[in-house]
Amino acid sequence: MNLFEYQGKRLYKDFSIPAPKSIFLSNISELDENHELDYPVVVKSQVQVGGRGKAGGIKVANNYEELTKFSNEILGMDIKGHLVESLLIEEASTILEEYYISFTLDRSAKEYLMMLSAKGGMDIEEVAENNPEDLIKLYISPSKGLSSESIIKAIKDAKLNEDFIDELNDVISKLYSLFVDGDCDLVEVNPLAITDKGVSALDSKVSLDMNAIYRHDNFIEFETEIPIPASEQFAKEKNLNFIKLDGSVGIIGNGAGLVMSTLDVVSEHGGMAANFLDIGGGAKAETVTAALEVLESEDNVKSVLINIFGGITRCDLVANGIVEATKGKNLKWPIIVRLDGTNSNEGLSILKNNSNENITISSSMDEAAKLAVEGAS
Amino acid sequence: MSIFIDKETKVVVQGLTGEQGKFHALRNKDYGTKVVAGTRPGKGGELVEGIPIFNSVEEAIKETGANTAMTFVPPPFAKDAVLEAAYAGCELVVCITEGIPAKDEAEMYDLLKEKTSSRLLGPNCPGLISPGKSNVGIMPHEITLEGNVGVVSRSGTLTYQAVLELTNLKIGQSTCIGIGGDPVPGTSFIDVLDAFQNDDQTEAIVMIGEIGGSAEEEAADFIKKNVSKPVVSYIAGLTAPPGKKMGHAGAIVSGNKGTATAKIEALTEAGANVVKNPTRIGQAIKDIL
Repeated sequence: MNLFEYQGKRLYKDFSIPAPKSIFLSNISELDENHELDYPVVVKSQVQVGGRGKAGGIKVANNYEELTKFSNEILGMDIKGHLVESLLIEEASTILEEYYISFTLDRSAKEYLMMLSAKGGMDIEEVAENNPEDLIKLYISPSKGLSSESIIKAIKDAKLNEDFIDELNDVISKLYSLFVDGDCDLVEVNPLAITDKGVSALDSKVSLDMNAIYRHDNFIEFETEIPIPASEQFAKEKNLNFIKLDGSVGIIGNGAGLVMSTLDVVSEHGGMAANFLDIGGGAKAETVTAALEVLESEDNVKSVLINIFGGITRCDLVANGIVEATKGKNLKWPIIVRLDGTNSNEGLSILKNNSNENITISSSMDEAAKLAVEGAS
Repeated sequence: MSIFIDKETKVVVQGLTGEQGKFHALRNKDYGTKVVAGTRPGKGGELVEGIPIFNSVEEAIKETGANTAMTFVPPPFAKDAVLEAAYAGCELVVCITEGIPAKDEAEMYDLLKEKTSSRLLGPNCPGLISPGKSNVGIMPHEITLEGNVGVVSRSGTLTYQAVLELTNLKIGQSTCIGIGGDPVPGTSFIDVLDAFQNDDQTEAIVMIGEIGGSAEEEAADFIKKNVSKPVVSYIAGLTAPPGKKMGHAGAIVSGNKGTATAKIEALTEAGANVVKNPTRIGQAIKDIL
């Protein structure tokens, strides 16, 4: 889950990572002349999209009058389709040098990867492409961790300012702690700056591994602060993996691979999926009922394709869910059901014993997709 | 022969007393798999449908000669369970558990590599089946048929789809294996391709990938250099919406890899026959054999 800048900076605080003093604002009425920041301050729109500075979403205010004016202007602004709903107001820094640092998991190497560069504050992908020698890559053994010696060597290799070597070493080690102990998929700071007040993490791009939610209370807090469409919210509460799309064939399946593949096959038959909906492994009847409820609230759905291949998921439970959700109902759209795998015979008999004129059983994925595309047109 | 498991494989199930663990362990046993033990700390001495429960994997191995573990324990305890099984001497640990934090997976992989010679399959995988011999995992054995095609996939349910397409055409499988789609899989496409290449029973290979990561591109490179047996492949996600990316680190690491198109190109260039629809996998193999 990708965090807003202000959320990442809240994590900085937890890990004692130095960043500018700031206040957070989601409503202009919260602005108070007696705030504790020293001018000038930077008013930063909180949106998850690059290029917010160029779009006018970052402004420097020298006094309260300007602060009020810019806050008013930026709150509610549309930046590349993202509505600005909150602001982070920070003390401006006098920047002497700008560096780039990130921690992520390199899936091919199966190790953590730290990338460090003296060329921060600019497009780092360009640096990686054109001057790869300016981007230091340090692989870290997940079981052994990151030693102080390795950090110091990386700082020297990247040609960072060695006058600040102890401070940089300390901040980098704290960023690594945030990455590992904070269960982050990504911690990226661009720029990590040397300012007149020392080393400071001026920006934050932090992404959380939601599989670790059970060991971090703050993950839930962060999650509730990130706005998502109502249908996706409902799906999330029901533990369904739902993504809204533009087509007309509603898709319900089990397992991300099979659902993706169902999207592909629907497209091959000339249709377009209205959504991606994965009920996951080991789904119960109520999961399937909830999945159909999600699609009921989607106007663009014209037919529904339920494509289940039971493994850990049992087709009899899926069939019970379908019956439960559709019993005695006048369905808005035709449902094409394909069940295979664990307990599929039991599942198919449940559907046959509770027949509904709007439900068609298909024996193959290809045929089911074809029928669903026809049903939607 | 088959790869990684055979008729002699003796399985200890970690989490046999849970609902999922019990359901699938008993299905495996009914199929003929030698499910010899289960573990659950504090429940040693009990029996589940005739299968003895032990407090630890070490005890289970000592008493039953188990050589393979199948893990169903919940995410917070999965890392320790996998390590316990490997340290106790299981040659193969099949981890079915879904939802393990990436950090636990990375650490687990690192420790297994350094301290043991055990192979981990998964996590978040459906396990593996060698039809007619042994089923260790959650794959529905009804759709399989003993034969000469090796199937390997990152996706659970898509594996079943591919296997069914083969079986429908009376084409049997040597071993069907799901490596799982998590960030740090214990066994990679390359490990499995290598094993299939060296397996006498396997005459052709089906490899199913999906968008994200670079495992398919790496596999393509391996196929080009090391695999002489014919490969049919399918990549899911050609029409999937692009995910929301954050930051630049991911892009720098993966470069142009990760899209369905890049993967299809890499595999085609490596000599694999890449089909555009999973329901065509069976026919493509039939044309080859």
